[in-house]
Amino acid sequence: MFILEINPLVLPDIGLVFWNAIAFLVLLFVLGKFAWKPMLKAIAERENGIEEALLRADKMKAEIAAMQNENEALLAKAREERAGLLKDAKETADKMVADAKDKAKHEYERIISDAQLAITQQKNAALTEVKNQVGNLVVEVAEKVLRKELSNKAEQESYIKQIAEGVKLN
Amino acid sequence: MASRRIKSLLVLCLSLFTLAYSGNTFANEKAVHADTNVIAHDTSHQTADTNLAAAHEANPAGHEAKEFNVTETILEHIKDDHSWHLWGHTSVSLPVILYTPKGIEVFSSAKFMNEHHEPIVYKGNFDYKIIEGKVKIVDATEAIDETATKALWDFSITKNVASLLVSVFIILVVILTAAGAYKKTGVTSAPKGVQSFMEPIVLFVRDELAIPNIGKKKYAKFMPFLLTVFFLILTNNFLGLIPVFPGGANVSGNIAFTMMLAVCVFIVVNLSANKNYWQHIFWMPGMHWSMKLFLAPIELIGVFTKPISLMIRLFANITAGHILVLSLICIIFIFKTVYASAIAVPFAVFIGMIELLVAFLQAYIFTMLTAMYIGMANEEHHHDHKDEAHH
Repeated sequence: MFILEINPLVLPDIGLVFWNAIAFLVLLFVLGKFAWKPMLKAIAERENGIEEALLRADKMKAEIAAMQNENEALLAKAREERAGLLKDAKETADKMVADAKDKAKHEYERIISDAQLAITQQKNAALTEVKNQVGNLVVEVAEKVLRKELSNKAEQESYIKQIAEGVKLN
Repeated sequence: MASRRIKSLLVLCLSLFTLAYSGNTFANEKAVHADTNVIAHDTSHQTADTNLAAAHEANPAGHEAKEFNVTETILEHIKDDHSWHLWGHTSVSLPVILYTPKGIEVFSSAKFMNEHHEPIVYKGNFDYKIIEGKVKIVDATEAIDETATKALWDFSITKNVASLLVSVFIILVVILTAAGAYKKTGVTSAPKGVQSFMEPIVLFVRDELAIPNIGKKKYAKFMPFLLTVFFLILTNNFLGLIPVFPGGANVSGNIAFTMMLAVCVFIVVNLSANKNYWQHIFWMPGMHWSMKLFLAPIELIGVFTKPISLMIRLFANITAGHILVLSLICIIFIFKTVYASAIAVPFAVFIGMIELLVAFLQAYIFTMLTAMYIGMANEEHHHDHKDEAHH
């Protein structure tokens, strides 16, 4: 009961309210200006700094990983290229050898064929000459036979025999 | 967060219950005392409670007649005073500042006491006397002159004001030191010393109270206010728990202190409130017009009950804690035996521990609710479906 009636506990004193208000406003002003603002700003800055640093670290990590990948890729590519080059070189060399062989073979074949052709031609020419000479001889013999035709038969025959002996096929 | 609020509610209920209960006990005790008015000062000599001794000595002639009044003793400790009691007969006299129709008067509160520590009349512009802890204007017969007293404005540096100034000094020194560290070491290094003690609390207020309740966009503007409120309440709560100088005053359990804070919260909340907030108070959207008419006065009352609840919560919690500890100590004098301290002291220590928790809890709750009210007043217009679910 008495609490509700006059209890001084729930009656604010004007003096206390006054001093409390002054104290609070002074605190609010001084701390607001010289403590909370710089403090919160500094904390926020540090937090941002840490966040940025972490982000940067992550980025760096990613970059390093990317670089490593790149390096590996480069290495792989280089290896591939080397293999390709070696292969090409070998192919070229093989081809050169093969070409040279081919060419040599062609040349050889050509020379052989030329030689054969020349031999054949010369042989033919020689045969033609022989045939011509045989023909001439036959004609000469026939001429001589024909000239001596009118003498006796024995002579003729001996003559033919003589001529025939004289004709020697070489 | 909800569980924390329930806990604080429990503490509040417990405190109020014990307060009411101890009140009853005193009334009963009084009745018992009336007929068994035995020699109280025998035991009081053995006990070391200086305050009680002082109460006895103040009336040296009436050793036998003076009865130990628990309620009075407790209220004396809870209330404000014009001098700051240290020990025995030693107390610090504080300046009395009076604003009267005849001008401002400043004098020491020692003038209200004679050399025997008896209250006397001080003759200034008027005749002043301290009656029930308050400065009153008295007439020739030392009776209170009510009409003259009404025109008297007491702006004295009382015990509470002095304690408040001590707390302001402590806060300024500690926090400016901490803030200075940021300037000196910059933001690149980890916090050190006072700075490392303050920073988690500041971060706690920011991350647990301000940002969740007000929102990331707007919280920064209110941070200085919230932090100041938090540290002022916290420091005064802790100072109030110290039984000797420079503590011992009941600043945060004083209605003037909590009222001033509540008024500040009221001003900040309503000045920062946006259109959306006022619309919700006077013309609730999404309601039938009759419902709107019905809700407007309720919501309007809510504008005032919010800070008032803040005021009463802090006042009741801290005062109840003080009363509880004092009641437990008074058990020794009620039973008039020193052996009662075997029970009273451990209990008082236990309650003191709980008070440490309450000191932090109440600062937390006050700040959290303030942040919540500010958040409500600054809420953006995104309620449509959410609001309908509410009502």
